[in-house]
Amino acid sequence: MRITCPICGERDRREFYYKSAAVALERPDPEAGDGVWNDYLHLRENPAGVTRELWYHETGCSAWLVVTRNTVSHEILDAVLASEARA
Amino acid sequence: MRFSGLRILKEGLTGNRGWTPHWRDPAPKSEYDIVIIGGGGHGLSTAYYLAAEHGLTNVAVLEKGYIGGGNVGRNTTIVRANYFLPGNSEFYSHSLKLWEGLEEELNYNVMHSQRGLINLFHSDGQRDAFARRGNAMINQGDDAVLLDREGVRKYLPYLDFDNVRFPVYGGLLHPRGGTARHDAVAWGYARGADSRGVDLIQNCEVTGIDIENGVVKGVQTTRGAIRAKKVAMVVAGRSGQVAAMAGMRIPVESHVLQAFVTEGLKPCIDHVVSFGMGHFYISQSDKGGLVFGGDLDMYASYAQRGNLPLVEHVMEAGMTLMPMIGKAKVLRSWGGIMDMTPDGSPIIDKTHVEGLYLDCGWNYGGFKAVPASGNCFAHLIATDRHHAAAEKFRLDRFRSGVGLMDEEGTGAQHNLH
Repeated sequence: MRITCPICGERDRREFYYKSAAVALERPDPEAGDGVWNDYLHLRENPAGVTRELWYHETGCSAWLVVTRNTVSHEILDAVLASEARA
Repeated sequence: MRFSGLRILKEGLTGNRGWTPHWRDPAPKSEYDIVIIGGGGHGLSTAYYLAAEHGLTNVAVLEKGYIGGGNVGRNTTIVRANYFLPGNSEFYSHSLKLWEGLEEELNYNVMHSQRGLINLFHSDGQRDAFARRGNAMINQGDDAVLLDREGVRKYLPYLDFDNVRFPVYGGLLHPRGGTARHDAVAWGYARGADSRGVDLIQNCEVTGIDIENGVVKGVQTTRGAIRAKKVAMVVAGRSGQVAAMAGMRIPVESHVLQAFVTEGLKPCIDHVVSFGMGHFYISQSDKGGLVFGGDLDMYASYAQRGNLPLVEHVMEAGMTLMPMIGKAKVLRSWGGIMDMTPDGSPIIDKTHVEGLYLDCGWNYGGFKAVPASGNCFAHLIATDRHHAAAEKFRLDRFRSGVGLMDEEGTGAQHNLH
């Protein structure tokens, strides 16, 4: 797998650290209750197909990316800066 | 059909014409008492123990592919009970005891070989951690022996003892650990369940779960609707999709784990050996192939194949530990889909839907759990009470934070196990 970092260009998968589904960007309110927090921290859609994930360009530019990827074919469809994906 | 030495002799002398298929190939009936979704190792053993221990035989196992075609046929076949934390410890101890009586119970040769498992350590800190783990295993009633460097050399003379970067300090020997023939485990349980009246229905994919007023009523499949009083989900890497049919989101992320096998060699590796300074474990099959694997690829995947960086890592770790395997040619590599939970431990529990049960989250350790998972899950389905050996495998432990079983001590988070 190769991921095209918006800053560095196409790079080997080994430069990146995989975090998890991109739900991490939608942090709930601290007082939202344990149901909401359980949903956020632990429960996952876990799709077989296209999904949005957080990857960290660890040995590159240190940017956090939102990568759109197919979990069946390993095809990378898109990679954008997490800061822009959130905005 | 009963297997025996005499029978094999007789068949051998008469052209092996007397063997018959090990199980039937029935069409699904319109209704069962219990429908088990998933005909892998865990689903088959669940069906077997429902019939054998609880007398429940109006049961169907629905398998979307064929029996033995999933993870039960694509693992590294290791059987062990060397867990540390309460919850896991008693469960895997229970499982190993079932393994030890399995061939007699099933009248089937699963080639269970208790050749001993040695986890190597390479620093003082690791030695302390393994000594503590060994004590936990002994407290649980299982066996563990702490070996020093010379003790390891006696068992594994072929290791690179001159390695200065990762010196071998010793190893934790688990004498009752070993391997089993993975396919035979699936076949043995399938035959045992079928002969007691369970319908094993292959090429039958579940496409929906029928729920009315919070009570399960049955399933929709590619071979028609099937009504059921109870439905059990045992689908490993596909747990997320099947649970979604019941409107559930579960704490599972599916990852790919690769494994490798070499050409057949004369016997050279007599035990199961794991490297403590790189994720690598190896054993030799009875056919002679070196069977080995490493860590997850560490990204969500349903591809049943991995990427090359992890292949390189596993080969490097193997060559670092035992350079003698360098000339062996790798015949095949493959990937299995692992249902990873945040704390790295499994789930055997009821769900919010009455009559719907869940067995999943086996991470990369499902094979050795096949007997106890089925045994405990069957107990839960039949009696609606948790089996004592699996009563800590609760679904709600993530929400409450109580009873998490994080063997690696890295935190209950996806991507850390």
